[in-house]
Amino acid sequence: MGMDRREFIRIAGLSTLLGLGGKGAFELLRPGQVEASMAAKPEAQAGTRWAMVVNMQKLNEAVAQKCIDACHRVHNVPDFHKPKDAKDALPPDVQNRYEIKWLWTEHFHNAFPGEEHPNMQEKLAHLPFLVLCNHCDNPPCVRVCPTKATFRREDGIVNMDMHRCIGCRFCMAGCPFGARSFNWRDPRPYVGDTFPGYPTREIGVVEKCTFCAERLAQNLLPACVEVSGGALSFGDLNDEKSQVRATLKKYFTIRRKVHLGTNPQVYYIV
Amino acid sequence: MGDKYKNEFGVFGERPQVEKKLYNAKYIFTGLAVFLALLILPLLPNLGKTVPAPQPQLDTPAIKKIAEKDRKCVMPTDWMRANHMQMLVDWRDKVVRTNEKGAPNGRNFESPDGRKFLASLTNTCMDCHSNKDKFCDQCHNYVAVAPNCWGCHLQEGKTLAEAK
Repeated sequence: MGMDRREFIRIAGLSTLLGLGGKGAFELLRPGQVEASMAAKPEAQAGTRWAMVVNMQKLNEAVAQKCIDACHRVHNVPDFHKPKDAKDALPPDVQNRYEIKWLWTEHFHNAFPGEEHPNMQEKLAHLPFLVLCNHCDNPPCVRVCPTKATFRREDGIVNMDMHRCIGCRFCMAGCPFGARSFNWRDPRPYVGDTFPGYPTREIGVVEKCTFCAERLAQNLLPACVEVSGGALSFGDLNDEKSQVRATLKKYFTIRRKVHLGTNPQVYYIV
Repeated sequence: MGDKYKNEFGVFGERPQVEKKLYNAKYIFTGLAVFLALLILPLLPNLGKTVPAPQPQLDTPAIKKIAEKDRKCVMPTDWMRANHMQMLVDWRDKVVRTNEKGAPNGRNFESPDGRKFLASLTNTCMDCHSNKDKFCDQCHNYVAVAPNCWGCHLQEGKTLAEAK
């Protein structure tokens, strides 16, 4: 057993040659494919591209809370502060650690880190910025998912297949917006009145906002947009007559952490 | 050399002569008897009994409302009996993967006789078969399968909830 130095060098040299040749062969047979599969370029946009605009001029704590409640109600998102049965009550620190959120509020300096400065408009620091999954054009969560449980639909929605999620939480590490939550325990006992027709989740899967894919399929607006009273607008970016396009044309908007290159599709009017 | 017995230090000595017989037979047979008894014990209560074959019930309010001749599932009954699990998996993948690259809208299901349905366990199947205990669980228990649908999916769809 074992190999002498001569043998080792011979095999190492041969594999190096093969490796270089392999790349060359790939270039000959499928030109440009190796590089193309490594680049993180989204495909050209055609068809529908859903996007959301959050108008902070119309948004206040009450409206934001209404949106959050509507979202969490129709998607059976658990609230660990309110167990259905008193025996399922959790210690306060765990209640926060296990929190599951699809839509929530952040302060400006958390939602837009790096954009804040000591002398900015005072009002900004107190606004409840409604944040959610940005349904990025170049979603890092999709790239890191080892089971392809998270995928990007052609209409731009980054959706999840709960049946495939193995709960590895790579996507949570990949998402720069903290838009994903993990089910550390069975959520059922903490879903108040289950919303009929929409599933809950099980222990051990990750979940997040889906832009209400199930409502869009029925030609309904997302639940948060519906109750927001005009503070949120939603529509097809590729449709010139859509509400989002009109809003984006009229106002100056910013997006979260654009420098990271994920191309988020939730816009904010400040 | 003969029947010498050798270790790593060299020839050691004559191989010890051991009588060829079953030692400790008393303990071995007692142990075997106890083991067999334990093995059989769980089977004894059901010995000689026949477990009645499942009788899936179709007497839910939603089904009763439909005229006798129109009581048809999304596919023929025999086919459903054999293939419903595969169909549900197909529905699941098609619905969830709707609009993924190259995938169409998978939420609509058309039966071979041209009727259209929403592909949904909770919102379509359970609307008619609202008696999960008598329809799903009975057979699943009989054949000892445990589908994990109900960990997430609710028994009650929108239509049913609204009807109540």
